[in-house]
Amino acid sequence: MGEGIEARFRLPLGDFALEVALELPGRGVSALFGHSGSGKTTLLRCIAGLERAPQARLVVNGECWQDSARGIFLPTHRREIGYVFQEASLFPHLSVRRNLEFGERRIAVAARRVSLPQACALLGIEHLLERMPDGLSGGERQRVAIARALLTSPRLLLMDEPMAALDAARKAEILPYLERLHDELEIPLLYVSHSIEEVVRLADHLVLLADGRVMAHGELRAMLARLDLPIAFAEDAGVVVDAVVAGHDEAYHLTRLAFPGGEVVVTRQPAEAGRRLRFRIHARDVSLADHRVEGSSIVNLLPVTITEIVGADSPAHVLVGMDAGGTPLVARITRRSCDQLVVRPGRRMWAQIKSVALLG
Amino acid sequence: MLDATDLGAIRLTLELAAVSTAILLVIGTPLAWWLATTRSRWKAVLGALVALPLVLPPTVLGFYLLVAMGPQGPIGRLTGALGLGTLAFSFAGLVVGSVIYSLPFVVQPLRQAFEAIGRRPLEVAATLRAGPWDRFVSVVLPLARPGFLTATVLGFAHTVGEFGVVLMIGGNIPDRTRVVSVQIYDHVEALEYARAHWLAGGMVAFSFLVLLLLYSGRRSRPDWT
Repeated sequence: MGEGIEARFRLPLGDFALEVALELPGRGVSALFGHSGSGKTTLLRCIAGLERAPQARLVVNGECWQDSARGIFLPTHRREIGYVFQEASLFPHLSVRRNLEFGERRIAVAARRVSLPQACALLGIEHLLERMPDGLSGGERQRVAIARALLTSPRLLLMDEPMAALDAARKAEILPYLERLHDELEIPLLYVSHSIEEVVRLADHLVLLADGRVMAHGELRAMLARLDLPIAFAEDAGVVVDAVVAGHDEAYHLTRLAFPGGEVVVTRQPAEAGRRLRFRIHARDVSLADHRVEGSSIVNLLPVTITEIVGADSPAHVLVGMDAGGTPLVARITRRSCDQLVVRPGRRMWAQIKSVALLG
Repeated sequence: MLDATDLGAIRLTLELAAVSTAILLVIGTPLAWWLATTRSRWKAVLGALVALPLVLPPTVLGFYLLVAMGPQGPIGRLTGALGLGTLAFSFAGLVVGSVIYSLPFVVQPLRQAFEAIGRRPLEVAATLRAGPWDRFVSVVLPLARPGFLTATVLGFAHTVGEFGVVLMIGGNIPDRTRVVSVQIYDHVEALEYARAHWLAGGMVAFSFLVLLLLYSGRRSRPDWT
């Protein structure tokens, strides 16, 4: 059996049913994204075995954890998962160290791939070990909970909106640690979220859920460039691009980021050449020109081929999908500009990018 | 002062309370866990049955127990068939009566302690590879410790304070079934008020100390009422 996660669940849930059939990659971060009530947390709980769907099949990297047709149901404590709940739920009667050891002590020594010092260093919690959970901030508690989950050396990490209960400052405190996990972890991570900001920073793969069903799923960049999905109509719609630091212009304090199809220039980044950086281009920050505009303060110009034009959320605007030599882009322009410039699929034009949001 | 029969009654009372409390914890823990976690429709029925001794006059409870323990009663037949004779007017009979009489005082605090823990810590423990029994021992028991303390203290104290049930099923046999509350009753009947005062005052002091211990252990709102 190959790598990957095969998940099929049918579970009646009051006024709707969770009905999901998914194939997810065996590594990287897959975001389960949807409004509250879309069934994303229930799906995660089904995968963890905390909810028992009457019709289900779950195979994780070749191991069958659940198959209702064959009467297989591995209880939660026998599934090699790490689960991070929305609120940290540390055991209040145990110190941070004992909390961390709780799961670690319950797996065979030979199966331990993560050590306590490693997990503590990864989450920056070395100094908290002897404290009790009540004395920690919300962000610290959540970092301990993540480290505790990692210490069971899971084959699959599940996170249920781990930052939903935190304020913006605490979120900003945790995000870098989650990004580090993304870079260093070799196991798949399923991340439930209703925040597109978190998703674009962390995810490689995006599953869109609505009313208990999978509306669409696929690679994050491709999904964000799709104009037939509701996320394209959100106010902050846009694409993400994974780029590599190509070099710096010390005189002007700028950094060049290269990606398939071109380069953009941003303000000087502390990252060394070769480092991977992800950035986001909001559709509203992209405009189109029928020739290469010289004498403009906009420095980031990319030759593109128009692929698609659809109506936007407002009658005055359209969304224009385009391909910049392998990297999909989306622009939100007025319908009038679209007509005046004769924007149509297949036409080669220039995209002007007013700003780029770096995602760390 | 206290004479030998008074001391015998005190010893017997403490013995009865200790044995009953131990049995109550063994029976009450799974019962309270079931009541706290089940979704069965029998939950309300069993909950009401457990609470019944709170409202019934002890004489009613004692009367039925006496009948049940008699040679023709269901308990009497069972103990007879096992070659144990009848339980009425024996220490074992008092233990059975005390366990039933004090059951709500042990089950209620435990049930509330279990309910207060909720499902989340157990789910967390399960995701950290703890099996069902492991979860109970390493998460439920420590988190419910205040509930166990309350249950133990109340179960013990309530058994010490038992009178009606004892009188109905145990009678008044020195060193076998004559507990402090019955001894006080005897003293009063015999108009020996001075001796009654010693024992009665001792009971007041004991009960007060027990409750003081309980309340000072948890300064916030006690969760067992």
